[in-house]
Amino acid sequence: MSIDMTSAPATLLPPQLMQTEALLSMRGLSRSYGEVRALRNVDVTVYPGEVMGIVGESGSGKSTLLRMMNLEDTPDRGDYRLRLAGRDDGNLFDLGRYERRMLCAHHIGIVYQNPHLGLLMKHSSSGNVAERLLIAGERSFDVLRGKARDALDASEFPLSRMDARPAELSGGMQQRVQLAKAIALEPALLLLDEPTTGLDVSVQALVLDTLKRLQRDRQITMVLVSHDLGVIRTMADRVLVMRHGEVVEQGLADQVFQDPQHPYTQQLVHAKL
Amino acid sequence: MTQSNHLPLLRVEGLSKTFRMYHLDSMLHAFADISFDLHEGEFLLLKGRNGAGKSTLLRTLWRSYLPVAGHIWYQSKLGPIDLARAADVDIALLRREEIGFVTQFLNARPRVAAQDIVAEPLRLAGYAPHEALEQARHWLGEFGVRPELWRAYPSTFSGGEQQKVNLARALILPQRLLLLDEPTASLDVGARSALVRRLADLKAGGVAIVGVFHHPGDVADLIDREIDLATHPVPAESELTHVAV
Repeated sequence: MSIDMTSAPATLLPPQLMQTEALLSMRGLSRSYGEVRALRNVDVTVYPGEVMGIVGESGSGKSTLLRMMNLEDTPDRGDYRLRLAGRDDGNLFDLGRYERRMLCAHHIGIVYQNPHLGLLMKHSSSGNVAERLLIAGERSFDVLRGKARDALDASEFPLSRMDARPAELSGGMQQRVQLAKAIALEPALLLLDEPTTGLDVSVQALVLDTLKRLQRDRQITMVLVSHDLGVIRTMADRVLVMRHGEVVEQGLADQVFQDPQHPYTQQLVHAKL
Repeated sequence: MTQSNHLPLLRVEGLSKTFRMYHLDSMLHAFADISFDLHEGEFLLLKGRNGAGKSTLLRTLWRSYLPVAGHIWYQSKLGPIDLARAADVDIALLRREEIGFVTQFLNARPRVAAQDIVAEPLRLAGYAPHEALEQARHWLGEFGVRPELWRAYPSTFSGGEQQKVNLARALILPQRLLLLDEPTASLDVGARSALVRRLADLKAGGVAIVGVFHHPGDVADLIDREIDLATHPVPAESELTHVAV
């Protein structure tokens, strides 16, 4: 009997029959920094309410891709659309700096691995969250304070410490402040760039619990970048595997881990302790 | 095959699964050319020696494994869909709403109470939290999990107790198609009979079931048909040299 290997669905996206509309759609993204080709013709689709995990070794392009999603950088080529109620912004890479800032403030939250990138370390924790609300146009002190409090509470940050500066907090607590800032305006998309890397294992587990609970209770769409396959396995519904700036495989998380199709993914999965 | 309106709930056609193992430079053939129909309320038993591909076939229907050939036509509420080729997003939706899978292992999420793990499918389906919790406790009780364990974390339970939690969660919300991979493997007699009662109820309610059972005698009264995978020979492991990497 001959087995027709060409019919394997493998890494191609098969036809979609149920017409679930994508929240995020990126097509043909390429980006070079000098000689380094950081992204090569990358396509990504993220659906509402799901957690998309992005894995790959250092330098694979995963963080670059996340920065593109947060409109911090513009590719040499490519198209980026978000399906947001009542808006049609076209290709988001065509937006100007101010429009990008406003769009991100209202609709995209991000948590960085390094809290210094996301927080003002000498402002209070509640002030950091309020800053996001201020950018979005909120001015009333009571509303700012109330919303900051709610966001910190939802991120399971101890409210007794809401006036403490991030510089005085542990790494796990700093990540919770970043998370509160990211979700304060109930974004359509939450981007997480190695959010638990560098934390103690027990603290990491608690932060992941918080993310899971937020995802379950609020159905926030998340894109999670991590080199830790355990974190991805715990969190992700679907997984995108990157190598040398390219997407080499994508699929349902259990499929990618149990039946990886690409030699690199097999190597990655087998290398996990 | 044409997609008519008279399809059974599940029609599997010429389904084959081969694992390509790049690090060994070889292909492992799990099963080949499997075909069967399954209608609502039918119970299909998969038989065969260890390694015959029973669990692999179940996981291929569930799409944890990607088939290399064939079709898995499933008559979803939204129309026929080939699970062998369907988009991941569609598979994810069907897993939430129509197709259930019970393994012999609980993927016990750390720091989540047994009753919350069991209630989750109902909560995702829109049940009020208190109603979901009430039903979760009912099913934990049915499968013989002691009330003092309902609020504890199953990751600390014995294998048998974990499996009871697993079953309560998997069977709390009736699905249209249920895939069972040795669900009785580590269960005591009481839980086994609770499982058989629940499966009989689900089957009577129209749920189609495909199962692998360590002790098929437990479900003998429910079985409508059997497939013996030992009668579907597959090629031996082969070299991968002709496959472009």
